[in-house]
Amino acid sequence: MSSSVESLVNREYKHGFVTDIESDSVPPGLNEDVIRLISEKKGEPEWLLEWRLRAYKAWLKMEEPHAWANITYPPIDYQDIVYYSAPKTVKPLGSLDELDPKLRETYDKLGIPLNEQKLLAGVAVDAIFDSVSVGTSYKEHLGELGIIFCSFSEAVREHPALVQKYLGSVVPISDNFYASLNSAVFTDGSFVYVPKGVHCPMDLSTYFRINQAGTGQFERTLIVADEGATVSYLEGCTAPARDENQLHAAVVELVALEGATIKYSTVQNWYAGDEEGVGGIYNFVTKRGKCAGARSKISWTQVETGSAITWKYPSVILQGDDSVGEFYSVAVANGRQQADTGTKMIHLGRRTRSTIISKGISAGRGNNSYRGQVKVMPKAERAWNYTQCDSMLIGNRCGAHTFPYIDVQNRSSAVEHEASTTKIGEDQIFYLKQRGLNTENAISMIVNGFCKEVFKELPMEFAVEAQKLLGVSLEGSVG
Amino acid sequence: MLEIKNLCASIGPGEPNILKGISLTVNPGEVHAIMGPNGSGKSTLAQVLAGHPAYTVTGGEVRFEGEDLLDMEPEERALAGVFLAFQYPVEIPGITNAYFLRAAYNELRKGRGEEELDPMDFLDILEEKLKIVKWGPEMMQRAVNHGFSGGEKKRNEILQMAVLEPKLAILDETDSGLDIDALRIVADGVNALKRPDRATILVTHYQRLLNHIVPDQVHVLFDGRLVRSGGKELALELEAKGYEWLSEVAEEVVA
Repeated sequence: MSSSVESLVNREYKHGFVTDIESDSVPPGLNEDVIRLISEKKGEPEWLLEWRLRAYKAWLKMEEPHAWANITYPPIDYQDIVYYSAPKTVKPLGSLDELDPKLRETYDKLGIPLNEQKLLAGVAVDAIFDSVSVGTSYKEHLGELGIIFCSFSEAVREHPALVQKYLGSVVPISDNFYASLNSAVFTDGSFVYVPKGVHCPMDLSTYFRINQAGTGQFERTLIVADEGATVSYLEGCTAPARDENQLHAAVVELVALEGATIKYSTVQNWYAGDEEGVGGIYNFVTKRGKCAGARSKISWTQVETGSAITWKYPSVILQGDDSVGEFYSVAVANGRQQADTGTKMIHLGRRTRSTIISKGISAGRGNNSYRGQVKVMPKAERAWNYTQCDSMLIGNRCGAHTFPYIDVQNRSSAVEHEASTTKIGEDQIFYLKQRGLNTENAISMIVNGFCKEVFKELPMEFAVEAQKLLGVSLEGSVG
Repeated sequence: MLEIKNLCASIGPGEPNILKGISLTVNPGEVHAIMGPNGSGKSTLAQVLAGHPAYTVTGGEVRFEGEDLLDMEPEERALAGVFLAFQYPVEIPGITNAYFLRAAYNELRKGRGEEELDPMDFLDILEEKLKIVKWGPEMMQRAVNHGFSGGEKKRNEILQMAVLEPKLAILDETDSGLDIDALRIVADGVNALKRPDRATILVTHYQRLLNHIVPDQVHVLFDGRLVRSGGKELALELEAKGYEWLSEVAEEVVA
């Protein structure tokens, strides 16, 4: 593309403010004592402490996944990270009205409707500030249906049997470097349980916010949909703009029992660093769902526009016969962002089906990799997968890569992989400009069209948000 | 309305000129046909008028309603009322025709300081315009030109023109690749939009389009120069004699 498609002037990151609030933090560094301290602060039962310590021991023997992922970053000093930071005023709240006004202000700025009166959209929200859950809305209403939606800490206190049964059942403590680290030090997160046959009447939502400098965010989300239950869950993320890199190493586990459906949607807009690549979040996340029962379904939709580095592969283990896994992804790498993202579909059960639609957008000097594994085991008779993996390049200093791993151990299965790479052409932009659109609107229209198959999977309000976000994150990518 | 004076253009700085000094005046209400053999610069002229960034203007000037057209961005030219029907319309996957047309229409309205139309109000306008190209509403839910046949793409250009109602429409070989029926639809579309305050420039290889759209003037472009201008009978003469004989005429013009 010609010289007109260059120069990067990123608009200022809208969520880059810091909330001035006192925090209760442990000193930087990681050892068994820190883990014991975290566990103690949270008043955890002995089994959970033991679980954390086992994860820590496993983690000590592991290495950062530099070798295979198509990302580069200096080694992280794990002794320089604060593993627990909580807004000081946080104590169990009687109601949301008791929430610290500063926190409420922060969430208002971010446009999160914590105030229940404002919850006309019908979205129940859990908000995680640094590492601690600060309030879950709509709890009572959900409670009448037997739905549990609370912070992870509360779940450990109030529903220990459920937590113990499912925690680590999808992502074991020795799964991978960051998942093990998370298992050792996670501080909070969200917990959802939808009982048998219950259709959760509203979208459940968690909003993650990193505020404190020098902290890592290690949240843990566990969602269990019992037989025949359905639930849709939304996740949003932002962080202040800082010169340092901050680590976000979350684990999300989904369990769908027989006939259950879980839909998990993410709009990730962590701070991406400046255009020279200074600062930004390292988003090293393990997300995995297990279709444990027959005819269950797990669907991941992600729009990844932020973070300096994104390393995540929301996956589905298709264990139950006739279960369905889906992955819809839009990943943007602009400026100096790096994204290595994709999915794993592991077919174990008979007639299991999976669909992967991945849209990677590279601009500026961004580097975008799709990495996906489709594995069909011997007993997964007549399993079926369709993968479509499209890359779009804007400008000529960015990169797009595709790493598909396909392993089929069964003759009756069908696996299809389609890939395409397109470049936003001067002709496309000129065509739209000739019809009266300016360059930014032209790019935005072309990119939104490119992502349409993914956006239509998002809940309505999220889809509108995602489109806007995409426009903002690509602003200035074409001069 | 449009005044082109000694316009020269190339495909980049230091490259030889493709347009070698073109002068042309188009008045409101007129239809001008520009004919000429392959490679004579017809499409280049159309693209330069619309502001395609691949071309560099190396000399001359172009005024549109008194304004310096060459100084304007492509979208500014569009908002001023210059429309180019593309020879090769571009595909925009994932964006429906309806959405695209409304976006373009609303840009024009914003440019005029008017309120944007919502989808429902726009639909009323669109239904009228669809009749011009004899299309049903189902074409509006398809992605812009994506998977369209050559003929459908050209009809889509005419539809866009009908919706945007430009002051000056430049049709770049909109007739090529069309069967007789499609040609008639395109021609009818152009004729339906004809008004005393609007003008049209038809860039074409063939006389047959001019059976349907009667031009006020016909110009012959040869090797980057307008070598002859005349009435509609000039098109018939070209049809009969071909373009070969023009090389001599061109030499005379240069001399």
